[in-house]
Amino acid sequence: MNLIPIVAVELQPIFAWIYRWLEGLGLQGTLLTVVVYAGLGVMVFGVLAVLALFLVWWERKIAGHMQQRFGPMRNGWHGWYQTMMDGLKLLQKEDVLVDTRDKVVFFWAPVICFVAAFLAYVVMPFGDGLIVADLNVGILYIMAVTTFTVISLLMAGWGSNNKYALLGGMRSAAQVVSYEVPMVASILTVILFTGSLSMVDIVESQSGLVFNWFVFRLPFGPVAFMIYITAATAEANRTPFDIPEAEQELVAGFNVEYSGMKFAMFFLAEFVNMFTVSAIAVTLFFGGWQGWEFIPSWIWFLGKTFMVVLLLMLFRWTYPRLRVDQLMEFAWKILIPIAFVNLIVAGWMKYAGWYW
Amino acid sequence: MTEYLAVLIFIFAGIGIVLFTFLLSRLLRPINPYHEKNINYECAENPIGTSWVKFNNRFYIFALIFVIFDVEVVFLFPWAVVFGQLGLYALVEMVIFIGILFFGIFYAWRKGALKWV
Repeated sequence: MNLIPIVAVELQPIFAWIYRWLEGLGLQGTLLTVVVYAGLGVMVFGVLAVLALFLVWWERKIAGHMQQRFGPMRNGWHGWYQTMMDGLKLLQKEDVLVDTRDKVVFFWAPVICFVAAFLAYVVMPFGDGLIVADLNVGILYIMAVTTFTVISLLMAGWGSNNKYALLGGMRSAAQVVSYEVPMVASILTVILFTGSLSMVDIVESQSGLVFNWFVFRLPFGPVAFMIYITAATAEANRTPFDIPEAEQELVAGFNVEYSGMKFAMFFLAEFVNMFTVSAIAVTLFFGGWQGWEFIPSWIWFLGKTFMVVLLLMLFRWTYPRLRVDQLMEFAWKILIPIAFVNLIVAGWMKYAGWYW
Repeated sequence: MTEYLAVLIFIFAGIGIVLFTFLLSRLLRPINPYHEKNINYECAENPIGTSWVKFNNRFYIFALIFVIFDVEVVFLFPWAVVFGQLGLYALVEMVIFIGILFFGIFYAWRKGALKWV
């Protein structure tokens, strides 16, 4: 086989160079740390904004092609800068504020929604050494932080003083907390085998080729992955689990009364959340940034994550939406028992040593 | 502890970025509110009353069951991390623990608490 090495930029030297440049400016100690982390924060935001713009465009193209139409075609080649134009339009849109709203709650809901989605990227291993801070409670931290999205959706529903919005917010809270439990149970099966919560440790314990990925290495890895991806679809509020914003019954759910940049923040956070759950799936089950050496690690990470995102998008345009009672009963009566039985079986197999 | 400084800085950076985009939008957008525009959206009808009313208590029951399971999950995290060193004893204990909780969920199931009406 003739493998052509792909000449791509390894990112670590660039970060090292920037760090040395900052040191050369005379920054020291805590101040240097603060400046570095703030810079990284802005950088991560830039990456996420570009990713969200791309994902929105990609989703519209996939939706179009699955429904035998083209999707956006006007702006550039196959409409590639359509979402940038949409963003610019939203920036110039008037902010329609309901008179009867709860002012404080209404204003802070989109901020909390975005910050909760953004915080998960503190411990996200984008590549070999490309991580903002390797917290030793990594995955637990992500689960804790992303749950704040629920609070923001409830705040949006309550603050709008709108019946649709309130119903959407309440449903969203009920749904996200219900699917949190099977999601964590499937994550625990991985942690049983790594013995560490740190994202870097989880990735590094899957080093090697395809068969060292946890989706194959765990006794019932595919089961754990399927539970995870189902629960993650519900966590990210995506079809077939998108009753919080079911367009046909609740118009837009919790964000009916939002317009302009506040709506844009909810929209951005939704796509960032989708990318987050896919990235966690890749980190836990598909070896994170591990891969053949001749392609840089961050390209592996992004490529694998885009494959999982593609899966979520195909779900969205294939399956019809579940009813609210079916949704809750599916979580409590099917998913949670399977997830915990899977956890106990995985524990037994770990004890008995029936794995590699 | 410097890693946790990153979390704090990310919180402020995130809030700052969002508020900055709000400010940018404030400078660019038109501002023209009037009463009809600012009425709640309710399918072109005048809204009847406030929406801050009593709500279906199903949500409350599910939240209660969730709290039980979330606490269980918090106990499971340290168990999973050190499971490799503890062996069979930990496994049996955790099976009993999960079993008790599942007895609870089956009780709730039989009582009809998991049914969405």
